[in-house]
Amino acid sequence: MNRFIRQLLPFATLTLIVAALSALEPDTFLTAENFLNVLSRSSVNGIIAMGMTAVIISGGIDLSVGSMMAMAGMVGAGFMLKVGGTEPGAASMLLGTIVGIGAGALCGLLNGTLITKLKLPPFIVTLGTMSAFRGTSYIINSSKMYDVPSYTLLGQSNLFGMPVSVWILAIVVLIGFLILKYTPLGRYTYAIGSNREAAFHAGVNVDRNLIAIYSLTGMFVGLAAMIQTSRTISAQPTAGISLELDIIAAVVIGGASLSGGRGTVIGTIVGTLLISFLRNGCTLLGISTNIQLVVIGAIIIGAVALDQVARSKAEAG
Amino acid sequence: MNSTHSQTAAPQSMALHMKGISKRFGPVQALTDVSLAVQTGTVHALVGENGAGKSTLMKILAGVYQPDTGAIEIGGQALTLETPGQAIEAGVSMIYQELDLAEDLTVAENIFLGAEPKGTLPFTVSHHQMAAQTRKLIQQYNFEIDPTARAETLPTGDCQIIEILKALRRNASIIVMDEPTSSLSERETARLFDVVRQLRAQGLCIIYISHRLEEIVELADEVSVLRDGRLVHAEAIAELDIPKIVHHMVGRELDDFFPERTLDIGAPLVQVSDLSSAAGVADISFDVCRGEIVGMAGLVGAGRTEVARAIFGVDKRTTGQVTLDGQELSIDSPRDAIASGIALLTEDRKRTGLCVQLPCSWNITLPNLQQIGMGSLIKPAKETTIAAEAGGRMAVKWTSPRALTESLSGGNQQKLLIARWLLANSAFMIFDEPTRGIDVGAKAEVYGLLNTLAEQGKAILFISSELPELFGIADRILVMRRGKLVGNLVTKETTPEKVMHLAAVEEG
Repeated sequence: MNRFIRQLLPFATLTLIVAALSALEPDTFLTAENFLNVLSRSSVNGIIAMGMTAVIISGGIDLSVGSMMAMAGMVGAGFMLKVGGTEPGAASMLLGTIVGIGAGALCGLLNGTLITKLKLPPFIVTLGTMSAFRGTSYIINSSKMYDVPSYTLLGQSNLFGMPVSVWILAIVVLIGFLILKYTPLGRYTYAIGSNREAAFHAGVNVDRNLIAIYSLTGMFVGLAAMIQTSRTISAQPTAGISLELDIIAAVVIGGASLSGGRGTVIGTIVGTLLISFLRNGCTLLGISTNIQLVVIGAIIIGAVALDQVARSKAEAG
Repeated sequence: MNSTHSQTAAPQSMALHMKGISKRFGPVQALTDVSLAVQTGTVHALVGENGAGKSTLMKILAGVYQPDTGAIEIGGQALTLETPGQAIEAGVSMIYQELDLAEDLTVAENIFLGAEPKGTLPFTVSHHQMAAQTRKLIQQYNFEIDPTARAETLPTGDCQIIEILKALRRNASIIVMDEPTSSLSERETARLFDVVRQLRAQGLCIIYISHRLEEIVELADEVSVLRDGRLVHAEAIAELDIPKIVHHMVGRELDDFFPERTLDIGAPLVQVSDLSSAAGVADISFDVCRGEIVGMAGLVGAGRTEVARAIFGVDKRTTGQVTLDGQELSIDSPRDAIASGIALLTEDRKRTGLCVQLPCSWNITLPNLQQIGMGSLIKPAKETTIAAEAGGRMAVKWTSPRALTESLSGGNQQKLLIARWLLANSAFMIFDEPTRGIDVGAKAEVYGLLNTLAEQGKAILFISSELPELFGIADRILVMRRGKLVGNLVTKETTPEKVMHLAAVEEG
């Protein structure tokens, strides 16, 4: 029962925030347009957060996702321009998108391999690759960005009345949910995060599963990078600076434990939306971005504190 | 503590008298009208099955819980112990099974943690004084421990000495030890017994909780037996022996524990030859037949667990092979071992056994997803059904298979792990200390289970530190010493003395 209430907590907070903003700003906030706008802005973070959820459940962390996003975007956009010239056609754009996603997956593979084969803590490895990926994204085009003015499909177009990026987010959430709940990979992720040694003794191939999780995260980052590139019709080496902190915050607000073994896809998506709506609401209410930062900080601490209280009550009872 | 005074005090004065203690937790009546009388200068054993109420009674003494009814007298004075601090003040010190030392601090720093002698400058600690006082304590009780050693670097036996010193520093007159020998080697155990006798001679009283009845017979002066939250018996040890104590604990005789083995041993199923591993076992060869229970004896550190780990693919094998049913196995990981039909119930339930944050059902199916046809897609409803059935076979007490594993008691967690490996249905099952830390009734269930598995034609390797259970259930006993197999004996043709001699001859 208590466990159920605990999982409901982020959802209740989200509902509360949306209800409060709807009451305060019915004309600007409570519109389909604004909601789709918020969802579309959440897509980049939400997609990356799906990977981060698995990483955090496994007891790890990935600090490199922000830099990785910049690098994957630069690789993807750079490839488009290289193959298709300054006005790339559909085929080059498709190819560039795939290359960008692949670049992300390779970055994730590198993280996973370093973590398992060199037996290094994920914090250290991804702290290192965070710096290295950022550097690489500057090196790729000598600190300049790539303009891809015709690359609008992923970030700026609609399909059946909803932004394409929101459709993609929905698909990724569904994939994340299915993986964590219904596949051995997801199950082993929980087991590794809860007790790595016990998982190993129960026949779980710990290294292979961790590599898969980090690679999958990289792939999601690559996908998010291409959406971001399309949103701004350019790939920027400065993209995603300190993005990793927003992502980790969303996952934690969603009820995941940084010590591993706990977390859900639904919680994470609620956490992501909670931050997005909060930002959106503050903007509509004319609250400055500086104050937004303070509010989001308080929400992170408050969410985890409430969760702790609920947990210790559950244990006592 | 004033030792000279205590020594001259009348030896029969009452150090502790808990009278008519009752305690209820919600619907559960944990203790009913329990009285415990402990004399000064004695070792008083408190025994009972898991859940009999020992821990609750001791937590009341330690000021952690408040009794619903009843009174506590310490040294003849009626006291109410509302906080652990008041209990310590009254001279009660607890040494729990899981020691809580600050591992990075030295012996002396641990002993004085929270009560450091002040230095000459404000906000400083006098390390000099601390060391001097520690040395004085160590000398007073003839202990052998270096006050400047860091706790982390010391073996478990020494850490227990630190806890004892901490208690003495607080002038404890009553020390409660909860399963102190569960992770000690034979030699450390012997030394701990010397220490306990030393404390008794100095007039302290020790309340000693242990599942190991041999220890109690050897060490205790008096025994109080709890069963289902009631005191069922209290008597001097001179009037008791192990069968009598067991009888009071469970209302059954010791012989009832071990199932009758109907020996129906088939052809050799498992052959281990020249097995060596990087973890220090060398040239191990033995076989296990279908329907046979092979016991493995040896002192702590003799390499018994390492043999299991080498077979199961946890430690890297350097030489040798394992064949199962005539097929040579190539095992590089537990995953390979499980796929080949081998199961290992590890000795450390917490560290290498369970994922306690996860639902019980998940722990049961973890190594079995392929086996139950969910290797590519898990069907939660079906999984719960399968887990409920597997857990039911072991009579795991849970509110539901979906309950979190950490909500189960220790004995039930062990049953859960056994249920996992029953579901795996492996041909060769290795049980490493399956009865450690569980109560007598649960032990009997484990013995019955081993017997049933053997009757089903499985080959079983049963590692244990307790000779009585090896002699009670095993058909053959392998003896390990210093990483080598030094004995392979038919149980009926040998004696515990012979096994002990083989296991310990270099030590003695």
